[in-house]
Amino acid sequence: MDRVPVLKIGDLLLVSIQVDLEDRLTTQLQEDLAERIVSTGAHGVIIDITALDIVDSFVGRMLATIASMSRVLDAETVVVGMRPAVAITLVELGLGLRGIRTALNVDLGMAMLRDLRQLHMGLPGTTPEDGARDLAGIS
Amino acid sequence: MIQAEPAGPVQVQEIAADDDVVRVRQVVRAAAVATKLNLVDQTKLVTAASELARNTLIYGGGGRAEVQPVANGFRRGIRIVFTDDGPGIPDVDRALTDGYTTGGGLGLGLSGARRLMDEFELWTEVGTGTVVTAVKWER
Repeated sequence: MDRVPVLKIGDLLLVSIQVDLEDRLTTQLQEDLAERIVSTGAHGVIIDITALDIVDSFVGRMLATIASMSRVLDAETVVVGMRPAVAITLVELGLGLRGIRTALNVDLGMAMLRDLRQLHMGLPGTTPEDGARDLAGIS
Repeated sequence: MIQAEPAGPVQVQEIAADDDVVRVRQVVRAAAVATKLNLVDQTKLVTAASELARNTLIYGGGGRAEVQPVANGFRRGIRIVFTDDGPGIPDVDRALTDGYTTGGGLGLGLSGARRLMDEFELWTEVGTGTVVTAVKWER
C-alpha cells in the first residue's frame, strides 16, 4: 500500500503531501506520525499541504487529530503551504481549523517550531550561542 | 427546482470504494476546468463533491456520481448528482445541520457541501435511497 513519506530533519518531522489523499492513506499517515514522533523523539511536525488542491472535512479532521495527538506526545504541529482558494473553501465548509498552527511556508513553519520550543524549554536555559544561532536562522 | 439545461455529456463514476471518492474528485475537477470555473469555484465544487461522494459511500453504502456541464441562458456551470439506494435519511433537517452526524465524522459533509454550491436539492426516502443534486455556476 502507498504511504505518505515522513522525513526526519534534526528534531523535526516533515511530511509533504504530494498525492490526492484517499481516506485510507489519510488514516495511515496519522498512525505513522504517532509512531515516528515516539520513535524519533521529535519535538515538531511540519505538514506541507502546498500540493493539495482541496482539503475536505476528512483531511481537515486528520490535521486536527495530528495536531492534538502530537501535543500529547510533546510535539507541536504546524500546517504550511495552504493555498488561498483552499483557505476560502475550508472556512465556508465550516472548518476553521481552530487549534491548528499554520505558517505560510516550510521556512516560517520551522522558525515557529523553534520559537515554541524555546518558550517551552524556558528561556533561562538557553545558552547565548543557541540564541545567536536561532536569531540568525530566523532573520 | 434547479433551472439548468444540459450543455455537454454526462460522466458517470461508480462509488463503491475509498479510491472512487478520489476518482469523483478527478472527474469533477476536469469538468470544472473545461467549463472554465475560476480557481476558488473549482475548489469549492471539488470539495463539495468530495464530501457528497464520501456520504454516498459511507451512509448510502455506495452508489454513483453523475457530472455534467449545464447552462442557464448564457451562464455555464457544473451539475453533480449523487445517487444511492441506501437506507435514506429519516430526519433531513437534522442531517443538514452543522455538526450533526451518525457516522462519526464532523457532521459538515451535507451542510458544508450545500454552502459551497450555488444550488442544492436533496431527495430521500427511508428504505429507498437518497439523491443529492447540486450546481456550481460560473461567476
